[in-house]
Amino acid sequence: MFFFHFGEYILLLKKIFKKPEKWKIYWREILHEMNEIGVGSVGLIIIISTFIGAVMTMQIAFQLVSDLIPNSVIGQINRDSNILELGPTISALVLMGKVGSSISSQIGSMRVTEQIDALEIMGINAAGYLILPKIIAGVIMVPVLVTIAIFCALIGGLFGGSLTGAVSSSDYIMGIRESFNGFTVAVAMVKAFVYGFIITSVPAYKGFFVRGGALEVGQAGTKAVVVGCIVILASDYLITALML
Amino acid sequence: MIEVQDIHKSFGDNKVLEGIDAVFEPGRVSLIIGGSGSGKSTLLKCIVGLHKPDQGRVFFDDQEFTKMDFEEKVPIRKEIGMLFQNSALFDSMTVEQNIIFTLDMFSDMSRKEKIERANFCLERVNLTKTNKLYPAELSGGMKKRVGIARAISMNPKYLFCDEPNSGLDPATAILIDELVQDLTDEFQCTTIVVTHDMNSVMGIGDYIMFLYQGQKFWEGTKDDILRSDTKELNDFVFASPLMKAAREVIK
Repeated sequence: MFFFHFGEYILLLKKIFKKPEKWKIYWREILHEMNEIGVGSVGLIIIISTFIGAVMTMQIAFQLVSDLIPNSVIGQINRDSNILELGPTISALVLMGKVGSSISSQIGSMRVTEQIDALEIMGINAAGYLILPKIIAGVIMVPVLVTIAIFCALIGGLFGGSLTGAVSSSDYIMGIRESFNGFTVAVAMVKAFVYGFIITSVPAYKGFFVRGGALEVGQAGTKAVVVGCIVILASDYLITALML
Repeated sequence: MIEVQDIHKSFGDNKVLEGIDAVFEPGRVSLIIGGSGSGKSTLLKCIVGLHKPDQGRVFFDDQEFTKMDFEEKVPIRKEIGMLFQNSALFDSMTVEQNIIFTLDMFSDMSRKEKIERANFCLERVNLTKTNKLYPAELSGGMKKRVGIARAISMNPKYLFCDEPNSGLDPATAILIDELVQDLTDEFQCTTIVVTHDMNSVMGIGDYIMFLYQGQKFWEGTKDDILRSDTKELNDFVFASPLMKAAREVIK
């Protein structure tokens, strides 16, 4: 079963990356999808990552009780864990729930109402027209969202730490500036790029091949989110193992 | 002209089509009729390339469509207009955008020309002042007419209609039939209609093919139906008391 779906997914990708009929139309769709996927998710990402940053700071402070460790280490740990893991991966999991289910239901509904058949009858590469703009928008906008998420988590950590007295603002800021390794940001961006591809292509695959009616469209949305989350976590492990 | 030769199609163990041969001439409305599950929609989908037949060939004006890959089919598909059972209009687009979509994709017309073309197509199906409405704001009959307007936007050489009258009131159904007939005459296109509406059969059936259990059981014109002794055909066509009475009167 795994190999069947994997093979079908690869064949779908092959169709998606065929030369577009008219770039102008695709470009319009890409801008639309960038707005849907990116701008439409900014609020959610800001709220979630700010709280995660604040909570992380408090929990790190709670665990680092030794007088031998300076308080600035709290900022350092918060920075690195947000850049390397929490920023990209939590954002990706949240986006998979929000954007992934929407993509799967949108394409699935088009399939069961014969809109995809209509596109194919017109001589349009339905897979390319419907999915390529989403993938391009995803790989552009998810890194942007992840950057925003990391920034908000660091700001959240600053407020969370100082408001609860877990770490002073000056110690925290000193910590996030100390021994910064720029390569961690590169790892985060690679993860964000890959997640952007997964968040758009896996649900699109599930929606594109749905058969039946409204019930099956709903089921495909659920499956898309579950499978997508697993693929995100597996690729998180792979990228971390390869790059760090 | 469209010709199908020895079309077979199965879904798993379920044989849906068994050896269908037919020729659909240009300038006339050809109807494919049959009971539910007789394979008529599957045959239509095999003809337009949405299903790949297990065996057999489909020719569009002597070009073997079944042998072509996606890119090779594109020039023929640009000449196809299709009306779907549920209209299949793009939900996210207005009526006007639905109609000019193929023009956007495949023509170099200016924006003004495309809008003029959309207006012409909408006038042709007696539907004006709906340009900016979304499909969700239209009635079933209006959706069908927009579907037809979209199908004729590229001046089709081949027109396919999958159950164009389903879910419509009798008056609107007759209107749609007349539109299909008029457009076939006007564009001289090869029109294939899948239906089980007997009003359509008796109204616009220049050529009728009756499918029964996946096989071509009978073919002829609407006048031939009245004289036919084929039990399966008569059981299907004259199933309702109204049609039985009509036949007696005509006889």
